[in-house]
Amino acid sequence: MQWFNIILQGVLIGGLYAMFAAGLSLIFGVMRLVNIAHGDLIVLAAYIALVVTQELGLNPLTSLLLVAPAMAIIGYALQRGLLNRTLGDDLLPPLLVTFGLSIIIQNGLLQLFTADSRKLQAGPIEVEAFQLMPGVWIGILPLIQFIVAVTVIAGLQILFYRTALGRAFRATSDDQSTAQLMGLDTRHVFAVAMALSLAVIAIAGVFLAIRANFDPAIGPARLIFGFEAVIIGGLGSMWGTLAGGIILGVSQAIGAQIDPGWQLLAGHIMFLAVLAVRPQGLFPKVSG
Amino acid sequence: MPDSPLLAVKAIDSFYGDFQALFGVSLTIEADQVIAVIGANGAGKSTLLKSIAGLMHPHSGEIVFDGAPTTQAPAFDVLQRGIALVPEGRRLFPSLTVEENLLIGGQSRRPGPWTLARVYELFPVLAERRQLPAPALSGGQQQMAAIGRALMTNPRLLLCDEISLGLAPIVVHDIYARMPQIIAEGSSLIIVEQDIMQALRAASHVYCLQEGRISLQGPARELTRERILAAYFGV
Repeated sequence: MQWFNIILQGVLIGGLYAMFAAGLSLIFGVMRLVNIAHGDLIVLAAYIALVVTQELGLNPLTSLLLVAPAMAIIGYALQRGLLNRTLGDDLLPPLLVTFGLSIIIQNGLLQLFTADSRKLQAGPIEVEAFQLMPGVWIGILPLIQFIVAVTVIAGLQILFYRTALGRAFRATSDDQSTAQLMGLDTRHVFAVAMALSLAVIAIAGVFLAIRANFDPAIGPARLIFGFEAVIIGGLGSMWGTLAGGIILGVSQAIGAQIDPGWQLLAGHIMFLAVLAVRPQGLFPKVSG
Repeated sequence: MPDSPLLAVKAIDSFYGDFQALFGVSLTIEADQVIAVIGANGAGKSTLLKSIAGLMHPHSGEIVFDGAPTTQAPAFDVLQRGIALVPEGRRLFPSLTVEENLLIGGQSRRPGPWTLARVYELFPVLAERRQLPAPALSGGQQQMAAIGRALMTNPRLLLCDEISLGLAPIVVHDIYARMPQIIAEGSSLIIVEQDIMQALRAASHVYCLQEGRISLQGPARELTRERILAAYFGV
């Protein structure tokens, strides 16, 4: 029963990791851009939510109604103004530019908010829980977080495979110049993808900030979790990304149970094991 | 301006980096006309179509479509104005189904006669295979899908780059047999072909490119085989 509980908690936290990963996977899928600043953008979203909750007195979850659109606008502008200029046949320029962006965001946040740890206060919901069975309690907040994660993943999956926008994403990903010939402004398509990615980041950032303390320097570690979930799940499949996040969460939970110091290590070992045995990931997109 | 042509290409020079592919090429097409551009491999035929479609921008010269210059317009904008290119090698989107490929064309939202139903009417075989991924089609069917995808944008001018390339003669004949229906719906056509006889049958006016220059042009029925061969090979 104890192990069932551990695995269950790992699954719930895995939803958060899947949300870290979903935006990363989306961007890589559409424009082959590896966004090194992804983790720092998650932290940026957390700070924006901090300001919004403090200034307007909103609950962090309600603040998402403002934070998610704000992050989407930042994403659109970032892509049109900066990242589109780095895209080309060479993979290196976008890597370098997003690496620089990561440093700028970290230091900008440090300047504005100092290095103090912060946390978003969501109220009594943070500690509420219900008993699933004897010895197994489920927190309301982790449960909401997981349901939101599954909804986000399902939403992205539907968007990708059932809508005109998703069709434009896939067509642009396949062949940029032919997409332009078919009337798609690829700069706009990329910017919409980045806006979507940052809206997902906003959701992930707020849940992260309710769950644990954050400071300007924690971004890169979230980036690693995101990367690991994407690779474990297999590139190009949103459900695979969810599975990757869950596997990472469960590995960490089991590692932590064995020895608290092994929590992160267990996740990394799982990632390396998948990479060694199945480098294409566990659920790669069926190649077409 | 009375009787201004649908498209006027005026003395364009196009380059790939330092390599000049077109030298002062001019061409005009009137509404409802079919013209053919012929020439050997590397003569600049595809470059000419890419320049018209906005995938490449000439260093000098001018391209005027429907009275407005499109010389520096990006491809997606040129398409919105009514020029669609069926690219050489089909270039269907491999991760999309046949129907999704067609729908991408329709996303331009240009009004006109061509809809999914009309394209399926023109190429019934595509309707049967609408749910298959594009790479699962045969070469001829892929070519039909590529033409259908371009038609879905309801072009006023359709550019066809080497649609007979790599296809069996019977399939080529089958595809060319649909051209009159496309023209009847109000699209003008520029056909680029290596197959001279096919081009002469389909077009009313022929331009021959040789090493980036127009070496011969005239009404299809006035051009003799000897003059075309001379212009084609430069002998």
